[in-house]
Amino acid sequence: MRIVIAEDLALLREGLIRILQANGFEVVEAVDNGAALIRSLMTHRPDVAIVDVRLPPTFTDEGLRSAIEARRQIPGLPIMVLSQYVEQIYARELMSDRAGAVGYLLKDRVTDVDQFVASVRQVAAGSTVMDPDVVSALLTRRSADPKLLGLSPREHEVLALMAQGRSNAAIAARMFVTEKTVSKHSNSIFAKLGLKPSEDDNRRILAVLAYLQG
Amino acid sequence: MTDFSGTTLPGGSSPSRERSGPGPVARSGPTPRSALALRMSLLGWSLVLLTGSVLGAVLATVWITSVSIAALGVGIPLILLTTALVRWLADLHRQWAADRLGVPVPAHPYQPTPDAGWLARLWTILRDPATWRDWIWLVVNSITIWLSSGLSLLFFAFGVVYLTYPLIYQLTPPQVFRTPMGEAFRLHSVAQSFALVPLGPVFLLLWYTTAARLANLNARVIRALLGPTEQARLRARVQQLATSRAETADTQAGELRRIERDLHDGAQARLVSLGMSLGLAEQLLPKDPQAAQQLLAEARESTSSALTELRDLVRGIHPPVLADRGLEGALKALALVNPIPTTVVTRLPGRLPAPIESAAYFAVAEALSNAIKHAQARQIRITVELAPHRDGAAGELTMLVSDDGRGGASIDSGTGLRGIQRRLAAFDGTLAVDSPPGGPTEVRMSLPCVS
Repeated sequence: MRIVIAEDLALLREGLIRILQANGFEVVEAVDNGAALIRSLMTHRPDVAIVDVRLPPTFTDEGLRSAIEARRQIPGLPIMVLSQYVEQIYARELMSDRAGAVGYLLKDRVTDVDQFVASVRQVAAGSTVMDPDVVSALLTRRSADPKLLGLSPREHEVLALMAQGRSNAAIAARMFVTEKTVSKHSNSIFAKLGLKPSEDDNRRILAVLAYLQG
Repeated sequence: MTDFSGTTLPGGSSPSRERSGPGPVARSGPTPRSALALRMSLLGWSLVLLTGSVLGAVLATVWITSVSIAALGVGIPLILLTTALVRWLADLHRQWAADRLGVPVPAHPYQPTPDAGWLARLWTILRDPATWRDWIWLVVNSITIWLSSGLSLLFFAFGVVYLTYPLIYQLTPPQVFRTPMGEAFRLHSVAQSFALVPLGPVFLLLWYTTAARLANLNARVIRALLGPTEQARLRARVQQLATSRAETADTQAGELRRIERDLHDGAQARLVSLGMSLGLAEQLLPKDPQAAQQLLAEARESTSSALTELRDLVRGIHPPVLADRGLEGALKALALVNPIPTTVVTRLPGRLPAPIESAAYFAVAEALSNAIKHAQARQIRITVELAPHRDGAAGELTMLVSDDGRGGASIDSGTGLRGIQRRLAAFDGTLAVDSPPGGPTEVRMSLPCVS
């Protein structure tokens, strides 16, 4: 799987490359600023890009902006954004094109290598992966939202895990229930959120978006 | 002129004063009141002010007398007494002028009198330029008051008299009201006196149109003479700056101590324990790989906790989203994670200076968390706006945090609002709370902002 990395700190860039290569990814280019990132994405069109939010030259949210810009030009280009901090406002902006294939994780999630590698693969496959911090903040916040108020605690849990990018099988394993139960829950969630049955993956993204946008 | 005051004061004073009511009246500010009621209250105040000027003249006379007999000894207590009375009278006038003009005229701009003997106190009073300005004002006021309040009163009185002239003519003994405009013009019958009635509305109209302006003129004279001198103003400003600097330095030092402690007890300790786990794992790896793996997993957990702590610490110092997106973005991000639905309205020209952004952000964040914790609100509204300042160059950033909660918030009740006030004071900012019991609550903050 071909990967582009954008990270300005050499130490972290090397660490990421090492982890990804050890897990069978091919790092086609590693850049350290926003402009180079867009150029690299246009040239290589990787299977997934791993991008730090804060990049030179502005050292603000250059990475995020570059990622959004690249996706405007290559719709649905899978991007995994890493950040020292997670902000819901950024999660929302990332997902706003509703094309899926985005991830937004705290940088230290990388230390759980298996989970991180799985997340990268999910994003490459078109799923949405949100950091548990974003999801838990949403769960507390959205408890007042009438549309989400209709969800049972179990369904909340399923939606939270769904937002973390887990498959039905993974959710089932995590909740100690059968996969069938999970798909029953998720259908009920889609119905309560008023999402019409179409492509299943897309509905998962929309459900997560419903959370993010309230 | 004095003749005239003798005829009007006793008759008209008490009812007018009752109408005008106690306390500051005739406010040109936001309280809506009918134009007529305003003018009637000004009429009442005219009488009060005229009485005040008579009192002032008496005080001036007593003072001059006591100064001239100060050498005899008895004059000194008399000077102190009259000075106290003059200051009281001047403060009342300052208050009146401030209410009238809607601009604060600081009360009591005098140098503090020492707790020493009579002579020392006398010396301080005599040296204080504010004392001499008070006396100048007493003298000037005894003249200008007639040109403002007196004239206004005269217009009104003439209006009423001319309007009712036939009645007055009829009711009073003959000869008294025969010459309404001096000897040159003599009335011979009630019928003739009716010719004067049209003058009544003319004078009343004159009174009506000039009353507010004359009162303002009077207030300006008071402000010009009784307002603080440039020196007094600077002294007060220096004092205020010294206080706020001391508070800022205290807060800063406290903040640094807190950061140091948090780093020492949190992240640093975790990194040490991480090193220990790794060292032990390294040692165990050949003998007991399973235990080593366990230790490595723990070590990884430890880095996560250390990072979480560092993140919270950095957020407390300067939130990254504020650095990235400025005040507007940071407040929107804040509202987004808020358990109570919160709307954010900003009217900002772009990025503000970093210290202002930071101070504004923390002030709003604290006010918001106060509302979440205590107000039991269902809706919170944040409005942030940069208004160009009255003087032109600098602007004023106003921040409004309002909720529909139960109200009853006050600066004195907790540390939250007091803390915001202190933070803002370092930037010359202010905080005002409007929170009647039962709500709604409105916290209004402002920061002067040099752009």
